[in-house]
Parts: sequence; structure tokens; C-alpha cells
Amino acid sequence: MTEALAGDLIVAAIVAPLLGALLATALPGAARGLGMAAALVTAMAGGGVTAGVFALGPMRIEPGGWGVPLGIALEANGLSAALLGMANLVALGTSVYATSYFGRADKAPHFWPLWLMLWASLNGLFLAADLFNLYVTLELLGLSAAALGALTGSREAVAANLRYLLVGLLGSITYLLGVALIYTGFGALDMAELSQRMAPGPLAASALVLMTAGLALKAALFPLHFWLPPAHANAPAPVSAALSALVVKAAFYLVLVLWTGLFASVVTAAAANLLGLLGAAAVIWGSWRALRAERLKLMAAYSTVAQIGYLFLFFPLLVAMPAGPGRDNLFVALVLMALSHGFAKAGFFLAAGLVQKHAGNDRIAELGGTAQRLPATTFAIALAGSALVGLPPSGGFIGKWLLMQGAVETAQWWWIAVVAAGTGLAAAYVFRVLGQAFGLEPTPIRFVTDARAELPALLLSLVSVGVLGLASGPLWVLLGFDGDAG
Amino acid sequence: MGAPGLSTLLPGAIVLSSLLPGVLIFLVKEESHVLRGVLNMFGAILKLILVGVLIWGVWLGQGFETRITIAPGLDLVLNADALSVLFVTLSTVLWLITTIYAIGYLEHSPNRSRFFGFFSLCVSATVGIALAGNLLTFVIFYEILTLATYPLVAHRGTPDATRGGRIYLAYTMSGGIVLLIGAVWLRALTGPVDFVEGGVLAGMPASAHGQLVAIFALLMLGLGVKAALVPLHGWLPQSMVAPAPVSSLLHAVAVVKAGAFGIVRVVYDVYGVEFAAQLGLLAMLGALASFTIVYGSVMALTQDGLKKRLAYSTVSQVSYIALGTSILGPVATIGGMVHLVHQGIMKITLFFCAGNYAETLGVHRVSQMDGVGRRMPWTTLAFSVGALGMIGIPPIAGFVSKWYLGLGGVEAEQYWVLVVLAASTLLNAGYFLPILYRAWFRPPPPKWPKEHVFPGRFETMGALLWPPVITALLCLVAGILAAAPFSPLEWATLIAQREYGL
Repeated sequence: MTEALAGDLIVAAIVAPLLGALLATALPGAARGLGMAAALVTAMAGGGVTAGVFALGPMRIEPGGWGVPLGIALEANGLSAALLGMANLVALGTSVYATSYFGRADKAPHFWPLWLMLWASLNGLFLAADLFNLYVTLELLGLSAAALGALTGSREAVAANLRYLLVGLLGSITYLLGVALIYTGFGALDMAELSQRMAPGPLAASALVLMTAGLALKAALFPLHFWLPPAHANAPAPVSAALSALVVKAAFYLVLVLWTGLFASVVTAAAANLLGLLGAAAVIWGSWRALRAERLKLMAAYSTVAQIGYLFLFFPLLVAMPAGPGRDNLFVALVLMALSHGFAKAGFFLAAGLVQKHAGNDRIAELGGTAQRLPATTFAIALAGSALVGLPPSGGFIGKWLLMQGAVETAQWWWIAVVAAGTGLAAAYVFRVLGQAFGLEPTPIRFVTDARAELPALLLSLVSVGVLGLASGPLWVLLGFDGDAG
Repeated sequence: MGAPGLSTLLPGAIVLSSLLPGVLIFLVKEESHVLRGVLNMFGAILKLILVGVLIWGVWLGQGFETRITIAPGLDLVLNADALSVLFVTLSTVLWLITTIYAIGYLEHSPNRSRFFGFFSLCVSATVGIALAGNLLTFVIFYEILTLATYPLVAHRGTPDATRGGRIYLAYTMSGGIVLLIGAVWLRALTGPVDFVEGGVLAGMPASAHGQLVAIFALLMLGLGVKAALVPLHGWLPQSMVAPAPVSSLLHAVAVVKAGAFGIVRVVYDVYGVEFAAQLGLLAMLGALASFTIVYGSVMALTQDGLKKRLAYSTVSQVSYIALGTSILGPVATIGGMVHLVHQGIMKITLFFCAGNYAETLGVHRVSQMDGVGRRMPWTTLAFSVGALGMIGIPPIAGFVSKWYLGLGGVEAEQYWVLVVLAASTLLNAGYFLPILYRAWFRPPPPKWPKEHVFPGRFETMGALLWPPVITALLCLVAGILAAAPFSPLEWATLIAQREYGL
């Protein structure tokens, strides 16, 4: 792959879904076909960018040739490429699933334009190289996500997603305030330029606090998670999958970029510990609520709260760990957990949607028969569930192993107790569902009943278990670490 | 052993030889008995052949290692040393026999594709545990075993089965988390923990000894759940709701044995038995094992349910392995190691027989067993061999184990071992002999609780009858020919020699 081709792919990953969205709006009758075609092209472009970064290393392009500060710059580095690759695979799987889930029903013409819009803003967010473009994509992402979430039109869905929309706006405004502070203080928005001008001080610190607070709200970090469970649980299944696996992850990606990149010199151990504490609370509280949830999708939504918590547990460790292989491992483990959760949660929600469709509801206590009639779907839930618990082999297991190892090495033992408690609770809520699948209902007729809907769920779950759990080595290469871990 | 690459592929192939058929079995339609049977037997026989090659190679001193790098510094290692060969062979042979038994046992019952799929995964995980070459690999397969066994325990789908499955999962999952913490801690302290004959930790500085003791406690806690060390044994009697082939596998090969095997691995190949003794860890383990031996036997005395009695007997008998491990000296080591095999073949015989009584006569309780010997002579003969072996009557395999354990205790001048053995033997006799008396000497009742007459000239279906008869024969052969080459005893001696560097 050449540099030029990789640059074109970066542009294509954003333009293709936008174009698809426009076409699907213009020709609602053909929305499904057009949407699926755009999805294929986008996923190939997104995957291509990841492959390009893997082969060639980080790259940066300035489309139009205007150059910073006038034009727009796009950048793909190891971290963004990793998330971009995951997001595009998950989005592709979700699209295939959606062709079956929505079919040609009256919701389909509304779904496809909004969905491609969301995808475009997501890709744009991962590829944006300056703080303002990040704001724009973040805002677009929030808007399209809330609109998609309300697609069922039920009263709960509309109420939950209206709240989601307002919370999202509040979050992005707070983030924008931080950006404004940065611009007044340092006179630049491009991250590469900013990182050279960045100096610790009250201004940078307050900007970081504002931006982090806004993003934490969008990433649903405890105690700012209150909006997430109703919004994610009431959305249509493919939308829930994208919201939980990708949209929340986008806000988290920004926090990570700011804390470990741009503001690395501003961050203090105390601040990182605060994030870690909130993460710990999220792990315990989210898992506990997931265990108490009576509906499958609500359970999955609370599990997202907990899983986001795990990601924040890494911050105090990253700050305490001296640079070197140990810190590299922690960073990769963090990305690995984010990716693993992305695949697993998407697979889980897609499978949960199928169960809901077949059973007519998603009350956990009543899904025994359905789970037993749909072996492939139940397997998807089982695989995704074990990745969420962090059972081996899965990306979640490797992530937790390295997380705990980092906690031992930096002598922060208390995080191990959090991980252990979270794992126990997660096992309890996952097996509360799976236990339903071993009842006295009749034997299933065949393994797969609805390939187009069941296979994406199964494959996404399988990636989180088989690929990330047994061959996570390439992630070290992608993120640019040599990985002689020792 | 000509072909290049065999030494790096064989351990992986042994795991895959049951894993891949298992995955395919899930996809098999419920009514395709023949295809499912072919897949099952193909995997079981292929594995047996591969293990045969492995035994020969290890006997000649050749090394086998499959290594997959999951991530930098985290390797999945499958490695064959003498100890892993012992466990691999046991599980492969008994898997073949149990598969035949299970095909007969589950004829006409629902969800067989699911059952045999998980059954194969369960054995793959066990073989993975046996071949694990480092602590990470061991933990991975140990957890997979938990997951693969749960659906088998809960298979019946009755409220009882669901409850048993939940209890099983609660215990083993908690144990798994504790084991994981111990493994991560050790990894952070020393780097990758490979299993090496003679141990790897003896060179650690004295300042780390406190941490090593704490890690040992965590590891034993995690392994003790599956090995059913008191007070972590609560799940075992509850999981008796599982179908008979599962109970057989659980008790003889897979779960309980995996815990015991893990204890052996940690003591010999991680800490090193001499270093463990020096840290005072063996005394701790020995006390726990002795208490478990006596407690399990006492509890077995009070059970009327046949499978429950056998379950408590397992609690007691598996701890012989831990007991042998906890005594410093090659003779005790031989006793513990050989019991790994002997307990397996004896206990699987007993569980097969219990399954036959239940399936053919509807007999589930000891108090219903009057005169079963007349109705089912072959099954009862096999049961008698297993039971007498458990008590330790020569020339059955169990005698060899107890002999070496006792001798090992004397050699190490730890005479309390003899007291434990004597007490346990008396108790064993106390709960097994009344069963034999009832079965052979009491008159049968006019009507069995739920009799099921199978066509053919035998007392029950062939697929149910031959497995216990064969394993009972194995118990006799292992006892009578204990000194023959490739007998379990000879192999245990080989292990002890390599562990102590003799």
C-alpha cells in the first residue's frame, strides 16, 4: 500500500458514508440497498486505513492542500487506527444485521441516512487532527445517535433519547468551553501544533477539567451515567449495539487522547486517581445494577457502564508507571479492553435484539425457551458474555491480566480487588442469562435459523473471544510498541 | 519420530483432536445419530493414537512443545513432560470409554448435540490443563474447563439441575478469580512462570518469601475448589444431579482431577518440592489434605444416595494426591502420582455402575440395593472391584497407591500419615462393605423401583455394560502388573525420578 492510497482511504472513510446518507435520503425506496453498498465501501476504506497504519505507520493528510491553520487536517495514528478498524467492522456487522432487522419496513428509510451519518461522524472523529473538528464530529455523532435511538417512536424511547440529546449537548458545550480556553491561551487548535505550545498552568488545567467533564458525561462515566441505561435499552437493537459499542467509546477515545497525549504534562497523579476511583465505582455499581436488571437489554446497558469503568481504572496506573515496556503493555491492554468490549457488546446487543424479536419481550426470567430455540444466538451471547466477564480466551481476559499485573507492579493493590469484584459480578449477571438456556424446552431443530441476523452477532462475539484473545500481538505493532515485555 | 515439526505440532494437535470435532458436533442436527457418533469416535480414537506417539517420544526423552504468542510476554505453551503424559493418557483413555458409555446412556434423550459438543470441549480443556507448559496456559484451560462443564452439570434442565449448575459455577468461578490473582501476582513478581521439573522459585531472594507464601495460599485456594479440599468442596455433592457419564468424567478425569493436578504442578514444577517444604507450605497442605480425607469419608458414611456417597468418597480419595504431594520424598510422590491414575479408573468404574443401576433398575439409593448382584452380576462385579480397590485390598490398584503413600510417610519419618491412612481405610470399608453385602447377600425385592428391560442377552445395554467391565479390568491390571513397563506405577516412578533429579 502506498502513502497516496492510504491518504485517499482516509478521505473515503468519511466521504463514502456521507454520500451514502445523501443518496439514501434522496431515494428512500432504495435506502436499504444504497445504505448497504455505502456500508461496504466505508468499512473497506476504514479497514484499509487500519491496514495502512499497520504497514506504514502513522500518517497525516491535509485535503485540499490548504494546510494548517486554514484547512482541515486528518490524521491516523496507531490508537485511532485501532479504534477505527474495530468501529468499522462492528458497523459493517450491524449494517448486515439491520438489513434483516428493519427489512423493508417503514423504519428502514429513516434508519439508513441517520445510521450512515453517525458512521461518518464517528470515522471523522477518529481521524480529526484538531480540537474544533473533534467538537464538530462529536456534536454530529450525538445528534444522529439520539435521533436513531428514538427510532422506535415509543414513549420511553423518545423520552430517554430526548434526555440523551440534552445531556449530549451539555457535554459538548462543556467540551467546547475547554476548547475555547485553549484557543485563547495558546492560539492554536491543531493538536500537533498545540502539543508544542502546551505548558502546564491554571489555564491548561481548567481547560482539561472542562473538556474531561464534558466528555465524561458523554462517555457515561459514573456518576454521569444516569442517561445511558434507558437510552441504550430502549433503542432498536442495531442502534443499541452501535451506541454502546462505538458512540460511548468515541468520547472515551477523546479523553484518552487528551490525557495521555496533549495534556500529559498537565495531568497529576491525584487527578488520575480521581478518574480511577470513579471508574471503580462504575465497575461495581454498573455490574450490580446489571445483575439486578430484569430485562436483557437493560442489563447490557448497565454492563456498558461497568465496562467503561474498567477503562478509567487504567489512568492511575498509566500515570504511576514509568515509561517503558510495562507502560506500553498497560496502554495496549487499555486499547484491547476497549476493542474487546466494542466487539462483544455489539454482538451481545445484536443477539439480545434477536431474542427480543422472537420472544416478543426481553424479560430475562422468560427467555428460556427462546434461548434454547436459537442456539447460534445463545452462543453469541455466551461468547460475548465471556469476553465481558474477562474469561479466557478473550481480549477482556488479556486486558484484565495486564491491568492486574500493572496494579501489582505499581503497588496499587486496591484496584485488583475492584477487578475481582467486577469479574465476579459480571460472571453472575452473564450466567443469570445463560442459565436460562438449559431448561426443559424441546431440542432446537438447527443451529442457525436466520443467518443474516444471527451470523453478524456470532462473528462479532467470536472476534472478541478468538481473535483478540489468542492473537492480540499485532495490536502492539499497530500502536507502535516493540513489545519485548519481559 | 522422523518428520520435522512433529515435536512442535503434536501437543497442539492433541488438544485440537477433540476441540474441532466438538465444535462440529454443535452444528450437527439433533437426529443425525450416525454423524455425531462418527465425529465423537473419530476424535476419541485420533486422540488416543496421537497420545500413543507422545508417550513413546517422552519415554525416549524427546521434548514436545507447541508455543503460540498471544501477546508480547504472554505465551500459550503446550508442553509434554512425564507428568503431563500421565494425566493426558488417563483422560484420553477414559474419554474414549466414557464417550461410548454416554452414547448408550443418552439414547433417546434430548439435546444430544449440545451435550456431546460440550463434552468434547470439556475433554479438550482437560488435555490442555495436562499439557499446559506455564501458569498462564494452565489458568486459561482451567477456566475453559469451568465453562465447558457448566452446561453438562445443568444439562437435565430440571430445577434441581439448574440449582446444581449454579452452585457449581459460583464455587468454581470464585476459585478461578482467586487463582487468577495468584497467577498474575506471581507473574508480576518473577516474569513468565514456566513449569520446570524441580521448580523455578528456589532462587528467589529471602525478601520475597513472604509474598511467595501468600501467592501459594491464593493458588491453593483457587485450585482447592476444584480439587474439593474441605471447606471448598460444597459444590461436589450438589453437582451429582448431572447425568452419570458427566459425574464419571467430573470425578475421575476432568474437574476434580484438574484441581489435584494443579496442586501437583504448583508444588513440584513452580515452587519445587524442597523449596515448598523449606517455606513450610507442605505442612499446611498436608494438614488440609489429611483433614479432607477423614472428613470426606465420615460424610460418605452418612449418605444413603449412592451417587452422593460416591461423591464424598471422591472428596476423600482425591486428597490422597494432595497428601502424597505434601510429603517430602520420592516414594510419597510416587504414591500421590499413581493415585492420580488409580483413583480415576476406580472411581469411573463406580460411577458407571451407579449409572447402570439407575438406568436399568431405577435404583438410586444404597437402601434399594438389596440383591442387585443377582439381577446385574457383571455390573456388580465391576462395582465390587472398584469398591475393594478404594478400600485398598490387594491386588487392586488402590492398594498400590496406599502402600506407596504409607511407605513414603515412613521414609519421611512422618508417621501420622499411617494413622490417616488407617483411619481412612477403616472408614472406606465402613461405607463400601455394607453396599457389597446388600448387593450380593440380601434377597432382591419383588419389584425394582423402575425396571427397564433391554433386548439382548445381557443384564443391560451393551454400551452401558462394557465400559465399567473394561475399567474394572484396568483396575486389576494396574494392580497386578504394577511393575510392568508403562504401568501407571512405572510412569509415576519416572516422574518422581525426574522431579527429584535422581
